[in-house]
Amino acid sequence: MASAMPAASLAPRHSAPAAAHTAAQCLVRIAGLQKIYKTRDGNDIHALKDIDLDIRDAEFISIVGPSGCGKTTLLKILAGILSRTSGEVTMAGRSLSGPSRELGVVFQAPVLLPWRTVLQNVMVPIQVQRRDRAVFEARARALIAMVGLAGFEHKYPSELSGGMQQRVGICRALVHDPSFLLMDEPFGALDAMTRESMNEELQRLWRESRKTILLVTHSIPEAVYLADRVVVMTPRPGRIVDVLDIDLPRPRTLAMQNTPEFGRFVAAIRRHFGATGSLDT
Amino acid sequence: MSEQAPRSLPAWTGNLLLSATTFCIFVAGWEAAVWAFGIPKIVLPPPSAIAVAFWQSLADGELGWHLSVTLYEILVGFVVGSAGGLVLGFIIALSPLMERIFYPYVVAFQTVPKVAIAPIIVIWFGYGAASKVVITATIAFFPLLANTIMGLRATPQDQVDMMVSYTASRWQVFRMVRLMQALPYIFVGLDVAIVLSVIGAIVGEFVGAKAGLGYLILQKNFNFDMAGTFAILIILSLIGVGLHVVISMAQRRIVFWMDMSGEHVTGA
Ligand SMILES: Nc1ncnc2c1ncn2[C@@H]1O[C@H](COP(=O)(O)OP(=O)(O)OP(=O)(O)O)[C@@H](O)[C@H]1O
Ligand SMILES: [Mg+2]
Repeated sequence: MASAMPAASLAPRHSAPAAAHTAAQCLVRIAGLQKIYKTRDGNDIHALKDIDLDIRDAEFISIVGPSGCGKTTLLKILAGILSRTSGEVTMAGRSLSGPSRELGVVFQAPVLLPWRTVLQNVMVPIQVQRRDRAVFEARARALIAMVGLAGFEHKYPSELSGGMQQRVGICRALVHDPSFLLMDEPFGALDAMTRESMNEELQRLWRESRKTILLVTHSIPEAVYLADRVVVMTPRPGRIVDVLDIDLPRPRTLAMQNTPEFGRFVAAIRRHFGATGSLDT
Repeated sequence: MSEQAPRSLPAWTGNLLLSATTFCIFVAGWEAAVWAFGIPKIVLPPPSAIAVAFWQSLADGELGWHLSVTLYEILVGFVVGSAGGLVLGFIIALSPLMERIFYPYVVAFQTVPKVAIAPIIVIWFGYGAASKVVITATIAFFPLLANTIMGLRATPQDQVDMMVSYTASRWQVFRMVRLMQALPYIFVGLDVAIVLSVIGAIVGEFVGAKAGLGYLILQKNFNFDMAGTFAILIILSLIGVGLHVVISMAQRRIVFWMDMSGEHVTGA
């Protein structure tokens, strides 16, 4: 991996006195956030209700919750591509009003452009943000190799499997070395083996680069394995019902998943879904 | 020697063989029917007579001139009409205000049969090539307009969101995504428009002309030269097929990603 983006780069350019005492600690503050989707038949959908959450700088945070509880909605609001109905979101001390160059987003579907090769797809953020192509192309190739797709640089998305496409999407989110990474079920389309090695890569990348990462996942063990804190959500309306501090030592190993401490965290989270049982293991 | 499976023939040779066989059976049946039932030549000429007429018109210097006039009308009308449809399509798709101003007129105009206004256009633009170009252009216009608008609206919201999340501007989203998504639709429009352009030019010549293949058809019809008429019909369909092939080839090169996912199983 290339060198880390300094964490300070997300700090406000001009000092904001009101937020000064938290600016160093807290990257994102979400207070009283609501999202109501207006539907055509008039039945509004209350996708997010009273969401309060602070995300600390360089923190790894996981969100788990059953399908339809508003995880993607929250992530899109943080990415600046979806408006909020009410509430306040500040990022690095400033009210969030749109997308940022410091952001990398992995979407739930790969969303690759079919007329671009793997490498060209990964380079989309570089082209959009008019960064130095020569510098970042080397980085793009390194990322492609990191996710196990070396040799596929010049293939088109239609020539790749779903899991391979998803990994291209991960490279695209990382290529411009963003300091804040939003990932929406990035490993959903992968087999168990690839998923585990991707989890290890992600932990290593996070430890080396000190990025802030928000990971949405269906897998409780994955959430516990990677995160400093796990946010548990429930649907209708989407709310946060629990936030667990995962104080397992770092670096974590896959073997840790068999320890009683790990099991206790998994059980504590699973209790919230006991009745519905709608999550994977 | 390794056990390499014999390379199977490309799919198109099979298709070609099939078409050729059906064609031969059809022509033979036609020829036989004409002789067997004693159908008069001025009602339905046998294929052999058409072949002779076809050969004679090729040898005849006149045909080249008429052919070039009609081709000119088709191509210029097609280019002018589809370029107009393309430009107005962009304007309407990109500006809601322009859509409200123009679209009602466009729809009203589209419902008028172009064949019905051909006589007026001939009166306005004369008996020369100009009136045929105008008729052809008005016919080629709409497929491009409709498909361009549809194509520019075909981009999935996901892709726009993805681009915007990386701070893409409206123009970047347009250039890097929406335009590319519109291309397959634009090619469908071009393909429809080129076939309609052939019809447009011939209709224009039927209404009133001094040259062209449509004019030649009328002339041969007046002389009860049915074989000659059929020969020109063959030339017209060859023109149509040829132009369609050119468009398809351009389409396959430019919109290459559309048939990449299609390693379809064809036949055995
Ligand atoms: N564009 C939209 N218009 C209307 N309703 C929407 C829209 N997007 C999402 N919703 C609704 O909002 C709720 C939350 O959706 P969201 O996509 O955020 O769920 P999710 O937690 O990401 O689910 P999953 O785990 O299945 O991806 C759902 O009930 C969904 O029906
Ligand atoms: Mg989702």
